[in-house]
Amino acid sequence: MSAAQFVLDVLSLGGAYALMALGLVIVYGILRLVNFAYGELIMVGGYTMFLVSGSGLPWLVMAGCGVIMAIVAGIATDYLAFRPVREKSVTAVLITSFAFSTLLQNAALLFISPRPRAVPLPELFSRTVEFAGVITPARNLITIAVAVIMLGLFSWLMRSTALGIAMRAAATNFRMARMMGIPANLIISAAFAISGLLAGTVAILWIGRIGTVVPGIGLEPLLIAFIATVIGGMRSLSGAVVGGFLLALIDTTLNYTLPQDLLKFRDAFTFSLVILILLWRPEGIVRGPASGQRT
Amino acid sequence: MLDVESLEVSYGAVRGVRGVSLMVRKGELVTLLGANGAGKSSTLMAIAGAVRAAAGRVRVDGEDVTGAAPEEMVRRGVAAVPETRDVFPDLTVAQNLQLGAFTRRRDQAGVLHDRSEYFERFPILAERQRLPAGNLSGGEQQMLVIARALMSRPSVLLLDEPSLGLAPIVVDQIFDMIRGLKESGLTILLVEQNAAKALAVSDRAYVMRLGRVEAEGPASEIAAATELKSLYLGAEP
Repeated sequence: MSAAQFVLDVLSLGGAYALMALGLVIVYGILRLVNFAYGELIMVGGYTMFLVSGSGLPWLVMAGCGVIMAIVAGIATDYLAFRPVREKSVTAVLITSFAFSTLLQNAALLFISPRPRAVPLPELFSRTVEFAGVITPARNLITIAVAVIMLGLFSWLMRSTALGIAMRAAATNFRMARMMGIPANLIISAAFAISGLLAGTVAILWIGRIGTVVPGIGLEPLLIAFIATVIGGMRSLSGAVVGGFLLALIDTTLNYTLPQDLLKFRDAFTFSLVILILLWRPEGIVRGPASGQRT
Repeated sequence: MLDVESLEVSYGAVRGVRGVSLMVRKGELVTLLGANGAGKSSTLMAIAGAVRAAAGRVRVDGEDVTGAAPEEMVRRGVAAVPETRDVFPDLTVAQNLQLGAFTRRRDQAGVLHDRSEYFERFPILAERQRLPAGNLSGGEQQMLVIARALMSRPSVLLLDEPSLGLAPIVVDQIFDMIRGLKESGLTILLVEQNAAKALAVSDRAYVMRLGRVEAEGPASEIAAATELKSLYLGAEP
């Protein structure tokens, strides 16, 4: 155990957590609704890779298929679960997003299998490499690199493109954004597509740790994303990233310091710390823009 | 240009607007007057598509646009500035203006040209273009939201209480600006509580009370009817 090892672990776990959290908060920021089917986007990405695994395509193409299907599933969430009831009631949307989540999970149970299915991974994922004097699985370095690229891309999109700026405007004041001529449906579908892109990326990185996909694979990432956004600040995109890394810091610290027989209660310690953070800052660490009108 | 017929707006059981008909001709500046709660803002927001009308018709250039979404109204040339003076506080002044031109984003040259024009007209906005819009003063924010609405090159501008809560000197600036817009040929429907100032720049006016139009006529006639003024608008200095 060394400082470099610790930093590397926090960064690789935090990178994955941050991407998960961003995918959830991008939709929440605009609709003020948690998409409970978010975890299933990750599942769709995983199963797509399983389904194309026999095709003999290069791995990157298979990974691309997984990401594309996660994006498609994200847009489908909007069209099937959100759009038909969006203007009616919040409760209705919560229920339809749960329903969509259950539907996707059961489809996987029924048409594929309740048992774990192997997802193709390149040999690189299981190799260990020496980096900064530390021996670490190569997938940790890959996770860090992918997180840096995705966060950079995301930040560029939200700062420098017309669509990104329009989405930020819609997140602060949806009605006023529409009165600028920004179509509501375009913004919402774009948010779901970006959510799907992040979920697809997470699917590869997350499943890369275990090598298999099960119907319930999305539950843990959904929970992580939710907690990370709550402690980071639900109204802020940067808050989601901060929350993701903070949660990873807590988890990794506990992994290193808890005695062996307490390690299985790690989540209890994590959540206790989360409660403390929320007592200290109920709105999360990063406060978002002030206004918060729903659609 | 803008033709509203028997418009009704309800909030639950409350009928805020009860059959309002009004018309704004091309190039006209028409003011909608009335006390608080008379239904002026609701009328304006219903025309802009931001509030759903329970009944009635809205026509722009003879085309029926009743029930169109707000983004659709912008594409049809109707831009609205709500009284809430909603700048996007964490976006810069320049980005706010850019968003106003969202429907014209394929015409970057035109957008940049318009932006530099508004920067010339409002030097303070140019000076602060890289600052978050939330940092501007109330008057500056009002200038920004009007300029932002104009970035879509509307044929009709709906202005809701642009002088609300501003210092007298800033109110004068805002009305100078409105007069300038009218002179440039823009069609404007203005909602105001500051009746004297509004009537001074208007061609015609409607007076609303409890969700209905109580009086209409040329601005000078409405201004002359002091009785009306004290009845419905409160005393004016």
